[in-house]
Amino acid sequence: MEPMSITVLLFASYADALGASSLRVDLPADATVADVLARLRARPGAERLPPSPLVAVNQRYATAASVVRAGDEVAVIPPVAGG
Amino acid sequence: MTPVTRLTRDPIDPVALLRSVTGSRHGAVVLFLGIVRDVNDGRGVSGIEYSAYEAMAARELAAIAEEAEQRFRAAEVAIAHRLGELGLEDVSVGIAVAHAHRGAAYDASRWSIEELKKRVPIWKREHYLDGSREWVDPSGRPAAPAATGGAR
Repeated sequence: MEPMSITVLLFASYADALGASSLRVDLPADATVADVLARLRARPGAERLPPSPLVAVNQRYATAASVVRAGDEVAVIPPVAGG
Repeated sequence: MTPVTRLTRDPIDPVALLRSVTGSRHGAVVLFLGIVRDVNDGRGVSGIEYSAYEAMAARELAAIAEEAEQRFRAAEVAIAHRLGELGLEDVSVGIAVAHAHRGAAYDASRWSIEELKKRVPIWKREHYLDGSREWVDPSGRPAAPAATGGAR
């Protein structure tokens, strides 16, 4: 299977930390959310992310073991503060 | 009934929210409003900027209203959450719940706001009287501090 390029959305304090509201990361075909986070950790500013941030895949909360597929919308979600 | 939920950059009209749930089968209507307060954690607040992962936030708001309608049998729920720059006393969130009886109406209202605070991807950055601004992290973990932010 082909390696893939995934777009990762960042918001609020995490977008500030990494200096972008979206990033492309290259991953092998069978990658998981944990692999996406590992790629993000290599970026400058990523030391300001917590050890296990919330992640959503296709607008639903996911776990570190969730599989990511080409074309998925992956988002790293800071602690929510609505209301 | 299909619940009415929305994210909006315009001011929330509490009366319109109430009207969207009232009907002669409901003996009770509860309105909850979240208001921008002038102090948080002892710091003077001048305003709050709300942002969201809009597609997912809209989906979660709709899911909460639907779940509330099922959990509190035959409740009717409407939720509006504001985005953008808000000043003191502005309404940040409005939840209207109608039910045949008051007990379920109060319970569904409380449940809905607590769920919203747990799972809807909305963020707020408080602006303080001293000119600094900071992302609010209700989980208690320090958020990434803004360049001008001070200690909480």
